[in-house]
Amino acid sequence: MTLPGFPDAAPLAGLGGGALIGLAAALMLLGVGRIAGVSGIAARATGISNSSLPISSAWLFLVGLPLGALAVVAISGPVEPSFASPLFLAAAGLIVGIGTRLGSGCTSGHGVCGMSRLSPRSLAATATFMAAGIATVAVMNALGLEVLK
Amino acid sequence: MISRQLPILASGVLFGAGLTLGGMTDPARVRGFLDLFGNWDPTLAFVMGGAVAVMAIAWLVQPKLARPVFADAFALPSRRDLTPKLIGGSALFGVGWGIAGLCPGPGFAALVIEPMSAAIFVAAMIAGMFLVRLAEGNA
Repeated sequence: MTLPGFPDAAPLAGLGGGALIGLAAALMLLGVGRIAGVSGIAARATGISNSSLPISSAWLFLVGLPLGALAVVAISGPVEPSFASPLFLAAAGLIVGIGTRLGSGCTSGHGVCGMSRLSPRSLAATATFMAAGIATVAVMNALGLEVLK
Repeated sequence: MISRQLPILASGVLFGAGLTLGGMTDPARVRGFLDLFGNWDPTLAFVMGGAVAVMAIAWLVQPKLARPVFADAFALPSRRDLTPKLIGGSALFGVGWGIAGLCPGPGFAALVIEPMSAAIFVAAMIAGMFLVRLAEGNA
């Protein structure tokens, strides 16, 4: 299925993927009583943050992410993504790491888990990082910066 | 212990599968969504909408449970205050997200899709997190 006016969009795969993400977050909430926030779990796995989540559990969740990706690639065939060059990836990673610690979360914790709970902090955080992301891409495009291979 | 670890692993696997199925491990899709004033790709809105819809149901169920199915107690954030740190940090995160089209979840998931690129992003992200901890004095 394609969206009128947006031939490149994949709305059904998007909805299906989103539902899986929602199930994952629901399992985390109802199963173990926690927020499935990837930046927070990454900080816990590396010992950067303290929480009652065992470090081994944090690692298990993180290891699951690429395993799930592998499963989808195995079923639906290889994807050909385009990634930024190492310099842009490193700069972006560094900024994402700093921002998610200061902002207490990312797209998963604030965007999925917090917004669905109508948490005021998560609604504000999500509106902010969406706006900042849109502004960043707009500025880079205006400057003619092509980052993806 | 095992009964608690298995759901956490399963959650990670489901999460990574959903990100990949939804196209979020492809930075071009993510940047396409953020390219609101250019060649906009709305796919991410469907991913976010699907995830939020399912998770909203889970939040309706949660108060009816005395405790999580596989654990002793809920450990959930309770803060509601909007602070400059929250907004400033989120703005920074958005800038990094826009530069490379990657956020933390897809960064980890993409380790099996484009290992070198994803590893550079993830390593730099952990370094950034560590810098914040250093600046905050081991808080």
